[in-house]
Amino acid sequence: MLGNTDLTRLIFGRLTLDSIPYHEPILIGTFAVVAIGGLALLGALTYFKLWGYLWNEWFTSVDHKKIGIMYMVLAIVMLLRGFADALMMRAQQAIAFNGSEGFLPAHHYDQVFSAHGVIMIFFVAMPLIVGVMNIVVPLQIGARDVAFPFLNNFSFWMTAGGVIIVMLSLFIGEFARTGWLAFPPLADAANSPGVGVDYYIWGLQIAGVGTLLSGVNFLVTIIKMRAPGMTMMRMPIFTWTALCTNILIVASFPVLTAVLALLSLDRYVGTHFFTNDLGGNSMMYFNLIWIWGHPEVYILILPCFGIYSEVTATFSGKRLFGYTSMVYATVVITILAYLVWLHHFFTMGNGASVNSFFGITTMIISIPTGAKIFNWLFTMYRGRVRFELPIMWTIAFLVTFTLGGMTGVLLAVPPVDFVTHNSLFLVAHFHNVIIGGVLFGMFAGINYWFPKAFGFKLDRFWGTVSFWFWVVGFYFAFMPLYVLGLMGVTRRLRVFHDPSLHIWFIIAAFGAALIACGIAAFLVQIFVSIRNREALADTTGDPWDGRTLEWATSSPPPHYNFAFTPVVHGLDTYADMKKRGFERPMEGFKPIHMPKNTGAGVVIAALATICGFALIWYIWWLAAISFVGIIVATIWHTFNYNRDYYIPADEVAASERAFANAVAARS
Amino acid sequence: MENVIDGGEAKSPVFFELDEHEHEPGGSTMLGFWIYLMSDCLIFAVLFATYGVLATNYAAGPRPEEIFELPLLAVNTAMLLFSSITYGFSMIAMQNRNKQAVLLWLVVTAIFGVLFVGIELYEFAGLIHEGASPQRSGFLSGFFTLVATHGLHVSFGILWMVVLMVQVAKLGLIEPNRRRLMCLSMFWHFLDVVWIGVFTFVYLIRVI
Repeated sequence: MLGNTDLTRLIFGRLTLDSIPYHEPILIGTFAVVAIGGLALLGALTYFKLWGYLWNEWFTSVDHKKIGIMYMVLAIVMLLRGFADALMMRAQQAIAFNGSEGFLPAHHYDQVFSAHGVIMIFFVAMPLIVGVMNIVVPLQIGARDVAFPFLNNFSFWMTAGGVIIVMLSLFIGEFARTGWLAFPPLADAANSPGVGVDYYIWGLQIAGVGTLLSGVNFLVTIIKMRAPGMTMMRMPIFTWTALCTNILIVASFPVLTAVLALLSLDRYVGTHFFTNDLGGNSMMYFNLIWIWGHPEVYILILPCFGIYSEVTATFSGKRLFGYTSMVYATVVITILAYLVWLHHFFTMGNGASVNSFFGITTMIISIPTGAKIFNWLFTMYRGRVRFELPIMWTIAFLVTFTLGGMTGVLLAVPPVDFVTHNSLFLVAHFHNVIIGGVLFGMFAGINYWFPKAFGFKLDRFWGTVSFWFWVVGFYFAFMPLYVLGLMGVTRRLRVFHDPSLHIWFIIAAFGAALIACGIAAFLVQIFVSIRNREALADTTGDPWDGRTLEWATSSPPPHYNFAFTPVVHGLDTYADMKKRGFERPMEGFKPIHMPKNTGAGVVIAALATICGFALIWYIWWLAAISFVGIIVATIWHTFNYNRDYYIPADEVAASERAFANAVAARS
Repeated sequence: MENVIDGGEAKSPVFFELDEHEHEPGGSTMLGFWIYLMSDCLIFAVLFATYGVLATNYAAGPRPEEIFELPLLAVNTAMLLFSSITYGFSMIAMQNRNKQAVLLWLVVTAIFGVLFVGIELYEFAGLIHEGASPQRSGFLSGFFTLVATHGLHVSFGILWMVVLMVQVAKLGLIEPNRRRLMCLSMFWHFLDVVWIGVFTFVYLIRVI
């Protein structure tokens, strides 16, 4: 009997049948839905013989536009998961009054709030940002792909691997119960002995490799691959913000990698980096994780600032007001992003002078941000604003983000922070800036660039429905949290005993329900738009009278983006071209050099995911085999020297003529 | 004003590059690899900082002056520095298109690398045997992690070198192989620079 147990342990590590949470009805219900839905999807793919198509045209694709779309799909799927967590928390907090325990046991509730934060930041916001950069940046700079197309594909699959790890934790074992940053000593081996924190660590490590590599990729793409004539100060503002975001990624994600590696050493090897005994120092974890964590919020918001800038200029029908100041504001924010991390733990004994320094640097960030707000307002001033969906999201952002920014300045004052630290006031603040800034920006960007990526616009009616539900829902869901925070309610509480708080949580839950309608309307919007794609089609490649180069090619762009590389003569290149009556060259096409698709990225990322899973469950043999597999697959990939091909000139000519005819037929 | 239009408003400027020259594939690899190295450098920066914070947290365990053996360290450092020189020789041979010399110097470099890793493992085994294991104290956790991370990098460098030797032997000094040799060169010298930091701030400063 004992020998049998040893053998089981050798084969399965600490994975046993008890790890399946079959005693939790909510999880079993979720699992049933996911399993039935998943089987239906797999069945449909097989029935319609789509596997070959998916593998050849999407999974192995190195085309930045397709990779971008895959990032967006991944993010939207994970938005549903993260939002389900949010609804559960809102419902729990609205119910658990007057002696009621609510419907979530503590063990489950703690996982829900941790998973919500991790998923929303790493697997919704990040893939959205990287996805939009993928679709837009190469087109905006007049390039045919990114600098390292294979790495781009690999980065996506590593992100997907991280998603798989985190999703597995739902049905096999548990997720971290530590909050989204897994602070030790709570997250160390003694206090969190289960697999939850290990799921957290390996999910983030695997996805982190992808993020770091795509950061390197875009940095090089923007520095080296701009069209001739596009000097730095002629780059579209979205490309500028993408550049700064990728600088932040490259300069901060290694810190996350390192600090999570140290935490895993503490958990797996028994070292003493963050422990309470034998010379460990858990405050070091707080410092290191926030040295990554604060730049991270600017990684998320800067590209959104870029989107708002493009949208404002386009829909106001004039140049962006204060382009130069916008660029400098972006760069200043990039630098200041590294000088404020300590404001996340003012209360933890840093002393008055240290707190003052970081309080002041934090407040200084509001200056470049304020400059940006005025630039957007002045761009709209005396412009002919067309109230399409992207600019509606932009205006909602201007109001909401200004409010969130002001509560941020409040929190930056150390004495105020001593009162509001870890309260719902803080929760309201960061949702105010992340939803009001990042999410609204992404909806603006999705509505703006969707026709470029797919060749037809998104339905306006359902987009408007989604917009109003989201914006109104946001205010209902989060304004009560400001009030509750000022009343002294701390974050992450599961039950309440003071009945006077009840009404505010009910209002917040109502807001979450409105947001649920907003998300549903967004999904309907996509569905309706696909159904009406003929009527919504964009044949000109320029549905919004755009100003930058991505609108100079067809929608969706051909595989090679531009038959001839554009030459840039100033800011707002495409507006300039249109003003001066440019003509597309219709002859003299040449074969175009392009990278080939490859399955290596999928294979290596799959092995990394298996390795992560094996490490989480202490299945050492599997971890060793898959790790060796990663190395062998990588080496095997380097022996492939035949990586590119030419698109024949005839094919280029045919697709360019088709586009020219479509444009002519329209006008 | 940045919106100045080349050639003036009147005449229509060229908007497309009709006669585009061929772009060399891999033209951005060096910059990309350099940026990757800088991100790797940040990982080392974190480990150095961590070691700095924990450096005197001995937890009543062994202290640096009791466990560090400078003579062994001097030999080890010499191995790595020599390997950098021999990699340089390999690069010179590459410029002269001398495939045999490239391979020869790579073999020498890899041998120095293996010796370095071997001596490091010997040192670690001795320390653990004496009871100065990474689990003993914060100081030793920081020490082992920093030094072993560097050693792990060197090990991967050696593996990469072996793969490149096969590729150069098979396909010669073709452009992709030259590019890869250059990348590994940067990687190898980078590890040397990091070792100078380790040698100085982890060992020397703690013993003198």
